[in-house]
Amino acid sequence: MSNTVAAPRASGTPDSDPALRGAVRILTPSGERTDEPEYGCQVADVDDEALLALHDDMVVVRRIDTEATNLQRQGELALWPPLLGQEAAQIGSARALRSDDFAFTSYRENGVAYCRGVTPAQLMPVWRGVTASGWDPYSVGMATPQVIIAAQTLHATGYALGLQYDGSDAAAIAYFGDGATSEGDASEALVFAATYKAPVVFFCQNNHWAISEPVTLQSGSSLAGRAAGFGVPSVAVDGNDVLAVMAVTRAALARARAGGGPSFIEAVTYRMGPHTTADDPTRYREPAELEAWRRMDPIDRVEKHLVSRGVLTDERRAETQAHADQVAKAMRDACIGMPDPDPMSLFEHVYAEPHSDIDRQRTRFAAYLDSFEDAR
Amino acid sequence: MSAMTMGGALNAGLRAALTADPKVLVMGEDIGALGGVYRITDGLQREFGPRRVMDTPLAESGILGTAVGLAYRGYRPVCEIQFDGFIYPAFDQIVSQVARMHSRTNGAVKMPITIRVPVGGGIGSAEHHSDSPEAYFAHTPGLRVVSVSNPQDAYDLLQDAIACDDPVLFFEPKRRYHMKAEVDTARSRPAAMGTARVLREGTDATLVTFGGLVQVALAAADAAADEGVSLEVIDLRSLSPIDWVALATSVRRTGRVVIAHEAPESVGLGAELAAGITERCFYFLEHAPVRVTGFDIPFPPSKLERHHLPDLDRMLDGVDAALGRPSSLAEED
Repeated sequence: MSNTVAAPRASGTPDSDPALRGAVRILTPSGERTDEPEYGCQVADVDDEALLALHDDMVVVRRIDTEATNLQRQGELALWPPLLGQEAAQIGSARALRSDDFAFTSYRENGVAYCRGVTPAQLMPVWRGVTASGWDPYSVGMATPQVIIAAQTLHATGYALGLQYDGSDAAAIAYFGDGATSEGDASEALVFAATYKAPVVFFCQNNHWAISEPVTLQSGSSLAGRAAGFGVPSVAVDGNDVLAVMAVTRAALARARAGGGPSFIEAVTYRMGPHTTADDPTRYREPAELEAWRRMDPIDRVEKHLVSRGVLTDERRAETQAHADQVAKAMRDACIGMPDPDPMSLFEHVYAEPHSDIDRQRTRFAAYLDSFEDAR
Repeated sequence: MSAMTMGGALNAGLRAALTADPKVLVMGEDIGALGGVYRITDGLQREFGPRRVMDTPLAESGILGTAVGLAYRGYRPVCEIQFDGFIYPAFDQIVSQVARMHSRTNGAVKMPITIRVPVGGGIGSAEHHSDSPEAYFAHTPGLRVVSVSNPQDAYDLLQDAIACDDPVLFFEPKRRYHMKAEVDTARSRPAAMGTARVLREGTDATLVTFGGLVQVALAAADAAADEGVSLEVIDLRSLSPIDWVALATSVRRTGRVVIAHEAPESVGLGAELAAGITERCFYFLEHAPVRVTGFDIPFPPSKLERHHLPDLDRMLDGVDAALGRPSSLAEED
């Protein structure tokens, strides 16, 4: 045994990435829509107009991401986890959901939130630090995003079990990353979901990096391949192809609705930005790798396709950009105008029913605050 | 009224809860055909079916994480953790998810999850089968912690816990599963969640404990009475919140308090009780609060557990300390 530690391998460029080899692809990086034999039928109804709508989503979500990053740099947000590069994975999958489906996500799924009907203004308060949740989960069918890695895979499984018990044909979907597949909870969720045939879709965005750790450090085999060991059918998809992502997600949801149980999707994508605004990826990854993935940009390929179809005109592009700018401005205004929370809100909702210990602390703290002259 | 063991009372309480509310689910390892390793769920799967009484894979984090999702969907899961020492794989789901979801979602999502845990020593178990992990959970905001000591409370408090919209850690002292008593199943008494109970009135010192040690404390009070010492015995029952009114009322009268628990002493529940009682009863105390607890050691092999667990004599040794008499606990560095 050598006592030297192997350096983490680079995550891989699209050309050499084993995860992408054989991944389902409908829209090529050059913008050509292909006849994918197995999944193409799932998106046969997605015509130029529908694709323009998906393009609009992606442009808006990227604009939200840029604006939020700027807001963090300007001190208006404490932190922001950019999703740059993952727009197709998030929007293609989230637009496959029905309103009565339920999404359990990590903190990076701001594109999913946008598709579920979370307003950009509602994305701000958590990252500004004024509240723990920007929205009521039941109002949009999306749980408050999860910070503990992979914990939400079990929540989605339990919720799906509840759907099954209720006789509903809705489904739950769990969003998590490549790093999360190493957590025990992800394995336990696959075991529970397979055992009970829960109507849940495990949607893994392999964005190649868990902060500084490449996906090669998380697994010695493909992530999609791992699901087979749990008895869960899986598929790898080009995560930067919005059509292919939508197609495989629709297929997985259809299986769940029909009582076929869980599915696992590995969306092979790339985190083009930092882990969060507090991260510096130049310390751990090669510029060449990022450049290679830039050529796989999920928005570029849709634009190439729509331009070749003659539907993404300069006028339409300007409309989309104007819409995105307007969304960004509304989000900025909401963020900057957001008041700090009332100190007494500290004690709210810790319990649903009265709890004498915390009630006493609340009373005392209120009296303490009242003791200051300027509080009166 | 009917005579029940504590295990039987818990079984009856679960049956009543399953009958009363179709959203109540029971889940855990070996709880179906086997009826649980302690038979607390005996017959329930046959009666309510495998969906409402679910055998789960052997994954405690999976049990609690799945329960979170079920609660998200409006269900009221009752999770059985097979043994105290097996709860730690679920610790993250309990403290990071179950305890915080209501707060995190600004009250939108309730977590009415009851986590039943057989706890404590005294039955000669193997390693990891005798722990008293209450302090971890009583320390965690968002959780309620209940510890029962007798069949009547087991029957009542289990149903109260299941009906509560907050998550409840429900500790069952396994050495008392076979304790038998008359149980009134009429449910006509006021809800007991959050309250302590004075089991025996006395004047010279207050002996506070919970769970498996309550019977030991009552026996110690009998023995003390033979020596002319009058002990008031309080069963804490609720470890979060703590019924400070009941404790302060008693200690202000007796002026002395002995706190007993099986868990290790340092940073245990006894430390919180001693501090809280001192804050409330400082001018009434004739002696510093005295703790009689398990030692600060991993739970020992079963042939040693009788030395580790507070017994009648060690409780009386603590009472001697509180009364200012010679005691192994009398002098502190």
